[in-house]
Amino acid sequence: MMPSSLFAAFALMTAAAVMAVLWPLARRRPLKDEKAADLAVYRDQLAELERDQAAGRLPAAQAEAARVEVSRRMLATADAAPEPAQDPVRARSRRRLAAGLALVGVPLAAIGLYVMLGTPGLPGAPLAARLAAPPDRTDVAILVRKVEDHLAANPSDGQGYEILAPVYLRLGRVDDAVRAYAQAIRYLGDSAERRASLGEALVVQADGIVTKDAVAAFQAALAQDPTSPRARYFLGLAAEQDGRKDEAAAIWTKLVQDSPPNAPWLGLVRTALGRIGAPVPPPPSAAGLSGSVLRRDAAPGTPPLAAPSLAAPSLATPPGPNAQDVEAAAQLDAAGRAQMIQGMVDRLQQRLDADPKDLDGWLRLVRARTVLGERDKAVAALAAARAAFADDASAQARLGALANELKIGPEAGN
Amino acid sequence: MIAEIGQYALILALALALVQMVVPAWGAAKGDPVLMGVAAPVALAMLIFVGGAFACLVALYVTSDFSVANVVENSHSQMPLVYKITSTWGNHEGSMLLWALVLAVFGALVALFGGNLPDRLKANVLAVQASIATAFLLFILLTSNPFLRVLSPPGEGRDLNPVLQDPGLAIHPPLLYLGYVGLSIAFAFAIAALIEGRIDAAWARWVRPWTLTAWIFLTLGIAMGSYWAYYELGWGGWWFWDPVENASLMPWLAATALLHSAVVMEKRDALKVWTILLAILAFSLSLIGTFLVRSGVLTSVHAFATDPLRGVFILAILVVFIGGSLALFALRAGELRQGGLFAPISREGALVFNNLFLTAATASVFVGTLYPLALEALTGDKITVGPPFFNLTFGGLMLPLVFAMPFGPLLAWKRGDLLGVAQRLMLAAGFAVVAAVVTAAATAAVSEERGPVLAPVAIGLAVFIIAGALTDIAERAGIGRVSARLAVRRLTGLPRSTFGTAIAHLGVGICLLGIVSESAWSLEKIAAVRIGETVTIGTRDLTLARVENRAGPNFTSRVAVFEIREGGISQGTVEAAKRQFAARQMATTESGIRTFGFSQLYVSIGEEHADGALSMRATWKPFVTLIWLGAVVMALGGLLSLADRRLRVGAPKPARMRRGALPAAAE
Repeated sequence: MMPSSLFAAFALMTAAAVMAVLWPLARRRPLKDEKAADLAVYRDQLAELERDQAAGRLPAAQAEAARVEVSRRMLATADAAPEPAQDPVRARSRRRLAAGLALVGVPLAAIGLYVMLGTPGLPGAPLAARLAAPPDRTDVAILVRKVEDHLAANPSDGQGYEILAPVYLRLGRVDDAVRAYAQAIRYLGDSAERRASLGEALVVQADGIVTKDAVAAFQAALAQDPTSPRARYFLGLAAEQDGRKDEAAAIWTKLVQDSPPNAPWLGLVRTALGRIGAPVPPPPSAAGLSGSVLRRDAAPGTPPLAAPSLAAPSLATPPGPNAQDVEAAAQLDAAGRAQMIQGMVDRLQQRLDADPKDLDGWLRLVRARTVLGERDKAVAALAAARAAFADDASAQARLGALANELKIGPEAGN
Repeated sequence: MIAEIGQYALILALALALVQMVVPAWGAAKGDPVLMGVAAPVALAMLIFVGGAFACLVALYVTSDFSVANVVENSHSQMPLVYKITSTWGNHEGSMLLWALVLAVFGALVALFGGNLPDRLKANVLAVQASIATAFLLFILLTSNPFLRVLSPPGEGRDLNPVLQDPGLAIHPPLLYLGYVGLSIAFAFAIAALIEGRIDAAWARWVRPWTLTAWIFLTLGIAMGSYWAYYELGWGGWWFWDPVENASLMPWLAATALLHSAVVMEKRDALKVWTILLAILAFSLSLIGTFLVRSGVLTSVHAFATDPLRGVFILAILVVFIGGSLALFALRAGELRQGGLFAPISREGALVFNNLFLTAATASVFVGTLYPLALEALTGDKITVGPPFFNLTFGGLMLPLVFAMPFGPLLAWKRGDLLGVAQRLMLAAGFAVVAAVVTAAATAAVSEERGPVLAPVAIGLAVFIIAGALTDIAERAGIGRVSARLAVRRLTGLPRSTFGTAIAHLGVGICLLGIVSESAWSLEKIAAVRIGETVTIGTRDLTLARVENRAGPNFTSRVAVFEIREGGISQGTVEAAKRQFAARQMATTESGIRTFGFSQLYVSIGEEHADGALSMRATWKPFVTLIWLGAVVMALGGLLSLADRRLRVGAPKPARMRRGALPAAAE
């Protein structure tokens, strides 16, 4: 909905633009003598020659020759054919047409383009006004910012980091989340929960890969709380990604056996067990653990879950999903989640197909395909990446190393 | 609300540009004065709307309105006000809007001050201008819209690229754009002349002030860019033959050639076709310059792939304007009446010599810049064309050109006397030889290794240019031939454009002096120092006094303070720093520069090692500031020339009094 003040401003501006065209059309204006302007220049040139000669800067002979030349130009100008007279009837119809163009064409073109490009219903949001808004009307981004400002003034307030870290993760600000968890551990002390959270954030940062740092974090968590389900799940994942499937199966099987029957993470663990072909021990269902792994999807640069409908192109993409998006993602069931992961990976594939010169993207894709159990697609992606970096030895080396690690390269008998 | 008003203003500007493109040109074809009269008011209205849109964008940046994508991506609420304003054009979208604004400013200037132009020429010029504006406004609105909104605004922006957080951004792009876009007027004049099929000496005089204005801004813009790169990038080079720099150098070379050939056209009605072609080429090169920098094609050919619409649009604009104007040129150039014969040794001949060398130099830069890109696009091979290529080709072309420079203004029109001119330059040549010998002797005395052999010769050449420029003025005033009083009278009576020529040429000499000194006799020391340790460079001792942390508005910096001593006497301190910007996780180097006379001491710092030592680089750059001072002097010469009353034909002439006084003085 367009506010009325904006509508009034647009109306005034349009009227001004139309008037700028109509006003000169309404004036009677005789044609200036075309020759007068030329003659003025030549007369000035003659005067200059005179001045130069009088001041002794130009010998008489040269001055005379130049004078003859300029005079010849003057004569040529004066000889030129005169302007033909205007036909008043035709002139009037021409001007009517031009006026019509201004009156109809300018507003139509302007409104048409604006409907395409504008977002009239969206109010402006100067930062100062947002910071001053009452708390109940404040947006998530501003709440985050207020905590950040507080932390900038009190950098050792661990509580602040602990509050911010999961919010960062949900907003897709993964690097900030990792930093915040690390600070929380530093100022609030170590705990299994914090270590596991840090480890999870590190996994999200590495696009689902359980890196060496993440493993260290999970092991630290286990050292303090040997039952930590999150640490155990991810250590199992690390084993799977390293190709130690038996070990992964052992960790996960033990986790399922230790869990209460209604534990929210059971679905995820069972799916993982199914993926590596291990026998799945009984008990119940339900979903839920590392929803945040999925949230990487909403990171800046990739399209958000629910694309904003009004301001179309990619520039308008908000840097993170809003609170509702996050809520929605958290409430997805296991199947929906799997679908989302699949969608994410497919999008990565599309992006790389369009712009293949992204080595890190390819490495991520190959890994993701392998983790999802899509071995054929992983092999295809590897081949495409090798083709894209055909003349880049270091890229080839990295791709080869990955193929070895995942055992999908030709070296692995493929 | 502000964002939407800005958006709508920009759209209205596009609608008006379309009107201004069609109606006046139609009027000119039909000889209808009323339709032609639409051009000027619409051009002014367009300035108001584009200016309004630009003001809206500035307001959005100043208030950190993060509901606008462009503001989110290039701004930070903690930046000082001046950088909030400059970030408006420190990005692709905003800089294109600045381009359009400058275009509208020039259109409005022609509308306001083009009263002395024939109606038809003025209408056609403004119509051609409007066609350029149409293309740019469409490009901005459809592919690079700075007013796109964000549905859920973030709490902080992603900051402006730290390298751009510098006063240089406030000055350099506006100056450069005034230069680039100013050339669009010369282009519009050329196209208008081709459309009318009529061109004469008067045309050259009308175009001259616009070309001159553009040239002045371009000169200052390039010099400013060079100085900015010098102090910001941290290793003290002032010209890198980087494609982005070359993109601004090419239009400058073409504009310089255009200025000189327009003089021949104005005075002798000759070189008309060539001048038109140069006007087209100069603006085409600015278009290429603008887009090469902005599209990112220069950094990678793949930039086209990341945003295909933008790339295709840019290509279309280049093809339509460059291809279209050259096609029109091919079609109409044959109809243009030629005139004015001259001998090879004459002022005209000298100016043709100038044009040949300048265009050849432009071509060499063009090839060196674009060949690697073309090769990569076609075959995928990456090659680098570096300073050796440019120094050899460009330098090789510049040397004869600058050597001939003092001769040109002294030659007479039509048929000149080279021997006579050579005699008059004897004194200047004498100075040059003395300067070369003194330089050679001085360098031999100071150090055992004699330094580059050619350097003293180049110093001699620079002195020759400077003395030659002064000789020109002295000759015209008759110093040495007439009485002192009369000489002073004549000197003050000289037209300003004569001073303009001499001073601009003088600027070239000064600039050359700086270039030669800096490249031949710079001293450099790279060391790792602990606090209290001293590095000696030339006659100066640099002692690391302390290293400290300082907090800036949106960055933290690590500052190293060095004490400077010469012969044990303290000469104050110099501070070099590294800045860390949190939002982008980027660091910049802030070099410390102290100026002594025309020379500079340049200090930059690198890593701090675990043992407390700090990597540093100190450079002594003799007479380095002359490089930029020379450019400023050149621009000053242009300004004087612009102030010449001859360029204001049609204005009331204030010369009556002087005209009465002069004949009496000349006896």
